[in-house]
Amino acid sequence: MRTAFKLAAGIAMSAIAAVSQAQIKPSVIYDMGGKFDRSFNQASYTGAEAFKQETGINYTDFEITNEGQREQVMLRFAQRGFSPIVVAGFQQAPIVEKVARQFPKVHFVLIDSVVDLPNVRSVVFKEHEGSFLVGALAAMKSKTEAVGFIGGMDIPLIRKFGCGYEQGAKYIDKDTKVFANMTGATPSAWNDPTKGGELAKAQFDNGVDVIFAAAGGTGVGVYQAAVDADKYAIGVDSNQNYLHPGHMLTSMVKRVDLITKKAFEDEMNGTFTSGLQVVGLKEGDISWALDEHNKDLLSKEDIKRVNDIRDAIIAGDIKVHNWEDTQSCVY
Amino acid sequence: MTAPAIELKTINKRFGPVWANRDINLRVMPGTVHGIVGENGAGKSTLMSILYGFYIADDGQTLVNGQELTIQNSQQAITAGIGMVHQHFMLVEPFTVLENVMLGMEGQGLLSRARGKARKALNDIASRYGLNIDPDAIVGDLPVGLQQRVEILKALYRGAKILILDEPTSVLTPQEAGQLFEILESLRSQGVTILLITHKLREIMAITNHVSVMRAGQMVAHRDTVKTNPEELAELMVGRKVLLTVDKEPARPGENRMTVDKIGYVDSRGVKCLKDISFSLRAGEILGVAGVTGNGQTELMKVLSGALSPTSGSVKLETRSGVQVLKVGEWPDAGQMRDYSIGHVPEDRLQQGVVKSFDASENAILGYHNKPEYGQPLLNPEKVVKATREMMDAYDVRPQLPSMKTANFSGGNQQKLVLAREMMKEPDILLIGQPTRGVDIGAIEFIHRNMIEARDKGAAVLLVSVELDEILSLSDRIIVMNDGAITGEVVASETNETELGVLMTSSADGDEPKLQKHGLQKEPEKEKEEVVV
Amino acid sequence: MSQLAAVESPRWVRIGLIPLLQLVLALAVSSLVVLMIGEDPIRAFKIMIQGAISTEFGGLSNTLYYTTNFIFTGLAVAVASHAGLFNIGGEGQAYVGGLAVAIVCLALDSTLNVWLIAPLVVVGCAAFGAFWGVIPGYLQAKRGSHIVVTTIMFNFIAMAFMSYALVVWISPLGGNSTDSRYWAADAVLPKWHEMASSFGMNASFSLLNPVLLLALACCVLVWVLIWRTRLGYAIRTVGSNPHAATYAGINANRIIIITMAISGALAGMMAVNEVYAAQGRLILNFTSGFGFMGIAVALMGRNHPFGIVLASLLFGALYQGGTELQFEISSISPQMVLVIQGLVVFFTGALDRLVREPVESLFQRRAIVAANASTGVAK
Repeated sequence: MRTAFKLAAGIAMSAIAAVSQAQIKPSVIYDMGGKFDRSFNQASYTGAEAFKQETGINYTDFEITNEGQREQVMLRFAQRGFSPIVVAGFQQAPIVEKVARQFPKVHFVLIDSVVDLPNVRSVVFKEHEGSFLVGALAAMKSKTEAVGFIGGMDIPLIRKFGCGYEQGAKYIDKDTKVFANMTGATPSAWNDPTKGGELAKAQFDNGVDVIFAAAGGTGVGVYQAAVDADKYAIGVDSNQNYLHPGHMLTSMVKRVDLITKKAFEDEMNGTFTSGLQVVGLKEGDISWALDEHNKDLLSKEDIKRVNDIRDAIIAGDIKVHNWEDTQSCVY
Repeated sequence: MTAPAIELKTINKRFGPVWANRDINLRVMPGTVHGIVGENGAGKSTLMSILYGFYIADDGQTLVNGQELTIQNSQQAITAGIGMVHQHFMLVEPFTVLENVMLGMEGQGLLSRARGKARKALNDIASRYGLNIDPDAIVGDLPVGLQQRVEILKALYRGAKILILDEPTSVLTPQEAGQLFEILESLRSQGVTILLITHKLREIMAITNHVSVMRAGQMVAHRDTVKTNPEELAELMVGRKVLLTVDKEPARPGENRMTVDKIGYVDSRGVKCLKDISFSLRAGEILGVAGVTGNGQTELMKVLSGALSPTSGSVKLETRSGVQVLKVGEWPDAGQMRDYSIGHVPEDRLQQGVVKSFDASENAILGYHNKPEYGQPLLNPEKVVKATREMMDAYDVRPQLPSMKTANFSGGNQQKLVLAREMMKEPDILLIGQPTRGVDIGAIEFIHRNMIEARDKGAAVLLVSVELDEILSLSDRIIVMNDGAITGEVVASETNETELGVLMTSSADGDEPKLQKHGLQKEPEKEKEEVVV
Repeated sequence: MSQLAAVESPRWVRIGLIPLLQLVLALAVSSLVVLMIGEDPIRAFKIMIQGAISTEFGGLSNTLYYTTNFIFTGLAVAVASHAGLFNIGGEGQAYVGGLAVAIVCLALDSTLNVWLIAPLVVVGCAAFGAFWGVIPGYLQAKRGSHIVVTTIMFNFIAMAFMSYALVVWISPLGGNSTDSRYWAADAVLPKWHEMASSFGMNASFSLLNPVLLLALACCVLVWVLIWRTRLGYAIRTVGSNPHAATYAGINANRIIIITMAISGALAGMMAVNEVYAAQGRLILNFTSGFGFMGIAVALMGRNHPFGIVLASLLFGALYQGGTELQFEISSISPQMVLVIQGLVVFFTGALDRLVREPVESLFQRRAIVAANASTGVAK
């Protein structure tokens, strides 16, 4: 018994020692859903892992499982001197605001939401740019001149996706018909693959042959419907091309992993900056996915044309309207 | 001399400090009917459970046909040729007779082949012992007497040469009981050994060759039946002189307390459980309701006690709380009925009369729990316990522990507690159902005396019982029910069991008597209807 | 058998030793799981225990914060089960209780101070929870719809409804957020660490707040209700033997409805702790399964308020200790913590008899031996 305690104490000591040797103590707090959610949380995890691989610097992470933990855990991270604390998801914003106030020396990185404090870096994405790009690709590949959009919950963020997508499609051919549906008005719309599949089928029946799903877990149903109907689907957030090679035209990717890694690197190099960062195609934090799973679907011309459009957006030659600016999709 | 079929030597079994069986010796000779009598808790059931392998004796020897055995479970008992017919049947009601008999003995391979073999074996047994029954009848449809026959067949099919019957007549009509005894006679003549556990001394006298008496976990006497009599057996069981007959003065009926006028009740399935029941009940008399279980007595008691609203008819009450005319649609609940000075000892003590998981003191106020004397505004445990002590004292409830869990009291003591609760309030009307069901002989005497006492103090008593002896000895007048209707009214002192038996099976409108229309349980009844459809 | 039951094992065995053994068994099996992922179980349990009782990091007070939730939902399950009803709708009832907090606070937090608003919140939560419990109660009593089925369905309805309410009416950001705004600071009960610092003491941050006292008061009230009031008497009669209830003139249907109202109200009051005091705002899915854990709490607490307090403390400690464990050992995932919590529920609840029967019979045998010795009977 006693030796076991000694052993335990020894392990504990060495763990602490390992942490204190590192120059910085970066950390990630994942939202509910866990770090292997194949989406947002997993992207932050991937970024943190990449940083660890490159630098050998360890990081600490925590998966929130109930509301009671949020504040407690964030406080404990701050108290223990972890910095930066990367936090993904708008649910966390109110807590970040509270804790960041108490620990002005600790750096926070909040993804997808904005907290205006001197030690918080808020990162939001120009999803409309990426949506424009995949919308253009969808219209290029559509034989029926009709493309579809399926959103998750009907909120401004998703409207922003839909509006960008529509603009992209119409940019290729202004006669392209764009069908858009939202899965629901409540958060359950993020995880309703059955309904996603139904909506996708309905759109395919209406002549659509490419659908972009910005609907979280609901998307799985949309992709499956595309496989069943032998049509195309477009993934979102992370690269989902691998889910159904041959049917996933591409994915619109938000590089949360890059944001996380960058935050760690900035902290390491002493170049951490706070404030709002709006990132998009130009920063490379929004992109479209091209890999071995979808390269056979696209010709060289297709790829070039999409990249040209991307460059044009970055250069400002194409202006993509942001739904949130006017709360409408009039451009 | 042949070896005894069963021989038990110094069997001991303890449950904690309680000796359930103590130094039990028993010899049962083959081909005889051996009776075992004793009060509740005397240890009869424990002893039989040891014999059948439900319990294992702490020490002692068990010899079956001269061979020493340790019976660890019922399978071993069956292998040793011991069969048991439980008081509560262990039958699968939706199955046929044949399927029930086969159950657990299907063997391997195809069921159809096993069924063919079983059918043949069953027919052989049935014809040998005169146990005729349709092997394809659904057990749930059968009257209780035939269900019991299925249990016996089951035991014989498993090769039983020694048959234990636990209170076999408690659920039977007098006619069915007669048939059972014929079967037992026939089994005995075929060399089957029968152990009969009962508390009805009449049955012991009628059929057994030998009788053993148990008291407080011990065997107190073994007798040849021809050399003893009920009085001696009763005294041996209780340990003191017991009056088997009830001494009572002739009734002096007073004014009408309850006038029942054409009460009818149709249950949710459309079965007419009560058909135009009319009678009157007067102060200072005991009105007995005779009949085979399930012929409307239960519903009648429920209606009169407020547990059930009738669908037609009315009742007029004239008690110390005034005159009430109860009509359909505004039927009072049981609480209001108590306010109208009606006490109710329910037929089924465990189902209705007490909550087993409650302390005795909690059960002592059941139905009267709203009375302010038990504390205001909260219930005052001290007051409740004090009242309970008084009840326990007056009705000799043992042990006198108000805080003991009710389930841990013996049946007789639970019943005495219920009687105390209902009778000590001295209500004008007393509805008493099966007052001595599962109650020791000693307690029976006590209960009967108290009922007569209540009558003599002016209570109007309505007594429902399946024990004809009880009805005959306690009642002043008797009404007989069959199939939900009253088939006759007689004066107790001028009738006998035979006449009642005839009335119990005749119908109100003069039709041929029907075989027990209502089952004991509700469920089989339902299936019966489905089968008919 | 009745004779067996007559010899009960000592009280300390039944309510002390046996739960303890069950806990030890659960932890023993858990340590195998911890070993399997290559961690040291002794260290893990040390972290868990310290995390749950240490005052340094607010571990103890957070344990008590979780305890508060469990007491409410555990009592809710216990009260219903005394009437023979299995209320597994605590989750939904608590969720709807949260709506009451939101309504009261959003409407009045700028005008009323904490002394006025807190009682309103308590009453509101109880009323909303009761309403959500009464509907299944009514359906059970009058329509015979089984309470287990209806309460589950009502959990789903509550979830869908609350999502909708949050997004459409309550959230200030119209969908981009699923939380309400924070209630005004002077309308909310202070948390323990805030109170401590105003007294000059230093306490670490935790979500513990005075609602714990309300929970304890509810325990006392439930005890009085069940064992001292006539309503409680009727509830227990209906629960143990409905036939006897009819016989006693107790209207079982009425009792079922009333019981579900009380049960729902208790579950609803969980929102007072969580939504009003601890979080200070209404959050999507704030119930986080506390409603369901109430079943385990009531089971382990044997439906007795005192037992429920103990069980709630244990589960609170498991939650808080689990958080610490996850925090300290990164290879232990939340799922692992869930497994450990699950094992405790498994051994103390579902497998109750595994330990109970052998231990009780051991003590019964000992009692018999003692009785033998005292009566001087030779074997």
